Amino acid sequence: MRILEGQGVTKYFGGLAAVSNVDFHIDQGEIVGMIGPNGAGKTTLFNLISGALPLSSGEIRFKGQKLNGLKPHQICKVGIARTFQETKIFGNMPVFQNVLVGAFFGSPNRVPGEDAAREVSQALEFVGLAAMSATPVKDLTLVNQKRVEVARALATKPELLLLDELMAGLNPTEISEAMEMVTKLRDKGITIFMVEHVMKAIMGICERIMALHHGEKIAEGTSQEIACNKTVIDVYLGEEAHAGG
Amino acid sequence: MDITRFISTHRKLLLVGLPLLIILVFLTTIPLYGGVYWIRLLTVILMYVVLAASWAMFSGSTGYMSLAPAAFFGTGMYTMALLQDYLPFPVIIVVGGLVSFILALLVGLITLRLRGMYFAIFTFGLVVFMSEVTSYAEGVILKSRGQHIIPIDNATIFYAMLIITVVTLLAIYFIRRSRLGLSMLSIGGNEDAAEHMGIDTTRTKVLTFAISAIFMGAAGVITAPRLIYINADIAFSLTYSFMPILMSIFGGMGQFYGPIVGAIVFGYLEKTLRAQFSTYFMLGFGIIMVMVILFLPNGIAGLVSMLQDKIAKLRKGDEAEQHANT
Repeated sequence: MRILEGQGVTKYFGGLAAVSNVDFHIDQGEIVGMIGPNGAGKTTLFNLISGALPLSSGEIRFKGQKLNGLKPHQICKVGIARTFQETKIFGNMPVFQNVLVGAFFGSPNRVPGEDAAREVSQALEFVGLAAMSATPVKDLTLVNQKRVEVARALATKPELLLLDELMAGLNPTEISEAMEMVTKLRDKGITIFMVEHVMKAIMGICERIMALHHGEKIAEGTSQEIACNKTVIDVYLGEEAHAGG
Repeated sequence: MDITRFISTHRKLLLVGLPLLIILVFLTTIPLYGGVYWIRLLTVILMYVVLAASWAMFSGSTGYMSLAPAAFFGTGMYTMALLQDYLPFPVIIVVGGLVSFILALLVGLITLRLRGMYFAIFTFGLVVFMSEVTSYAEGVILKSRGQHIIPIDNATIFYAMLIITVVTLLAIYFIRRSRLGLSMLSIGGNEDAAEHMGIDTTRTKVLTFAISAIFMGAAGVITAPRLIYINADIAFSLTYSFMPILMSIFGGMGQFYGPIVGAIVFGYLEKTLRAQFSTYFMLGFGIIMVMVILFLPNGIAGLVSMLQDKIAKLRKGDEAEQHANT
């Protein structure tokens, strides 16, 4: 079943098309990756889905419901949660309170205090931060701040989770842990749509990958298909090969 | 023993509740034995407590610097001036709060989409705007400059201010502990993230901005008869915007009691020292503010919690040492 579907999704910033006529879909229970060089429009596409930016044209549907015109807080309540490329945390609040915000406000119905506290504990247990629940988030390391973001998103009980460069800035051990966490999230029944530059991660866990370049979708397929795709190699992997070589 | 058990189980409640009860009893009985000077002084201090606490409730937690208190405070004063012949005093207090609430609601809907600096400047402009419009309307419609308020005895004014103070502080205490308080804090922490976690940030900001205006407006209504004569310059004086901010910074906005402490200290100093040493008072005031901002960014409340931490650490150290010795 298609959980998320976009048709002709377009976003203009002035005269520049940051996202141009992109069609895409995410099936329930999938892990879908999105790659593309810097400035390809990946985060903009996420912002369009989460409601942070309005669409210029086209439409996005979540389980058949049109999302156009909904505010981020409404989209969160519908069942789409996200993390941010540059962590957006409530720095002065303890870890527990950060996640509690998601538990209290993320559901369409009023969540009783005890249920919310239990959900927070479970979410913190899941991301491995149970021992730090009283620490102010600004005192945590980057990887732990990213875990707080995942726990906070998880506490809103999403059906679809948008992960924006979860692995950026992490070391190899942390990346493996994060990959394992993403797979576990999917096993919990949450559909994952992730933007990632870490090729090892995206090739390792994504069932399907789409590639964006200058706001246009240039390729889509399994990790093998993408890795062998001529256009992708030219615009993306090719660049990296040159830079690396 | 029952009493000792009661004390040990409810130690925290007694530690906070008893002093509060004593202060409240002291305040409610002071008109019986205190002189006029003390009653008037305490009325001013309570007024500043209301202004500072309600300012900090909104601006301290959301991070939106409002310079609007004077606009709502002055609105309260003019509500009193215009309605004094028609309604009883307690009703006017409520009406003044409601008028300020509606004004704040309208202003909030227009401006709370603005962020940071722009919001602060707009609220500053609101005070000037209200002052000019009031002054103009008075001249054209009422053909007068300023309004005379029928005096009310000091004790009544004092009790009215005391009741509003208690109501304000109770409301703020419960709001801070509620979901509304958490959503305000998360807006202050990161507004984008708050919005993406399901918080209707615009609604939260407008609502809490307007709630804080209720208390400011009510305090304005009560202050008008104390001044006997008001005009637009007096009612919408920017002092009423700046003092609560300085008091909150001095006291510390992180804790509930911070702005209250700041208002008591500065309210007292202003009333007692300003009359005698007006120039030196402002100079001293400025120096103290600079020192606080430099060395105590979280104000007096921040200093207190820092000391508490240190004492707790020392105690832990002692215990550890005892364990090591045994």
